Amino acid sequence: MNAIWLFFLLGGIGIAAARGDVQKVTDGALKGAEMAVEVALGLIGAMALWLGIMRIAQEAGLIDLVARIARPFLIRLFPSIPSNHPALGHILMNLSANVLGLGSAATPFGMKAMQAMQELNQNRPEASEAMCTFLALNTSCITLIPATIISVRVAAGSANPTEIVGPTILATMVGMTVAVTADQLLRSYYRRRGG
Amino acid sequence: MPAAILDTLSQWTVPVLFAVVLAAGALRGVKVYDAFVAGAEEGFSIAVKLIPYLVAMLTAIGIFRETGAMDMVMALLHPITSSLGIPGEILPLAVMRPLSGSGALGVATELIQTYGADSFIGRLASTMQGTTDTTFFVLTIYFGAVGVRRYKYSLYTGLLADVTSFFASVYFCKIFFK
Repeated sequence: MNAIWLFFLLGGIGIAAARGDVQKVTDGALKGAEMAVEVALGLIGAMALWLGIMRIAQEAGLIDLVARIARPFLIRLFPSIPSNHPALGHILMNLSANVLGLGSAATPFGMKAMQAMQELNQNRPEASEAMCTFLALNTSCITLIPATIISVRVAAGSANPTEIVGPTILATMVGMTVAVTADQLLRSYYRRRGG
Repeated sequence: MPAAILDTLSQWTVPVLFAVVLAAGALRGVKVYDAFVAGAEEGFSIAVKLIPYLVAMLTAIGIFRETGAMDMVMALLHPITSSLGIPGEILPLAVMRPLSGSGALGVATELIQTYGADSFIGRLASTMQGTTDTTFFVLTIYFGAVGVRRYKYSLYTGLLADVTSFFASVYFCKIFFK
């Protein structure tokens, strides 16, 4: 991560210098910093709403129920999480929200999953294996109802706005398979390296 | 699949979810209002905790984009993709997608409007939007929320998934739409 961050910054500065337009560096940096706060503050409403709903679901035992149903499937992917741990429920809620295209709900569910996994990780600054697997699934996860892009297609006058759902599902299945496989391979590689 | 069905489905999911959770809570004797407020309280602190991580990431991406470094990466990739028969118009979307969600949606919308929703480029852009993810952003906020700074191999898996999904999108779009 450090190397990539450095690459973005120095690469950008270097190219701006070569082009003789260093003002762009300052502009880009300030724009990005402002946007970061906007994004974070913009998240508060949706986060609070979904975390509130989730607390009700948790106290009603729904999260446990969901976790129990998904246990046989999740336990293979997350061998380091104890089978009765709430993290499994949060992971499943997050992935379901992703599949249903509920972006605003997926993020708070994911946060809870990360918090639960971070407790198992004993609050270290380094990601645990379970976190890596979770994020591999998360970033390659399919959305069955890609509502945003469908509405863009409708607005652009498409004759068949949903025709892209088929290839989207197939392509994402390939992507997800590769991500999960790579996660398993990299996990054992890092273990052998002692990382 | 008719758009109307998907549209109805996406309109109903949230209300149904709310109803199920609230009804289950009431049946189990949960004090629903108290529980909601207790849960919602965390929203603010999580969001504020994200700020330093987001500033670091979005500043770097801002510089990379604004200075034209990103255009340079695209120019470097162009000969490779065009030799594979991938339309060059799609490259800005592919490079933007892992870095910025709103940026990528902007590029996709522009492509769809310029070339038409039912053109090959329009369909490919739509498909890619659904299959790839804003990997840098997702990692930043998920790890940021719990204070993890060393991502181990997470970034590689995420980017590999994006690259694979990109090529798979091209492949399946060619099969479906050509």
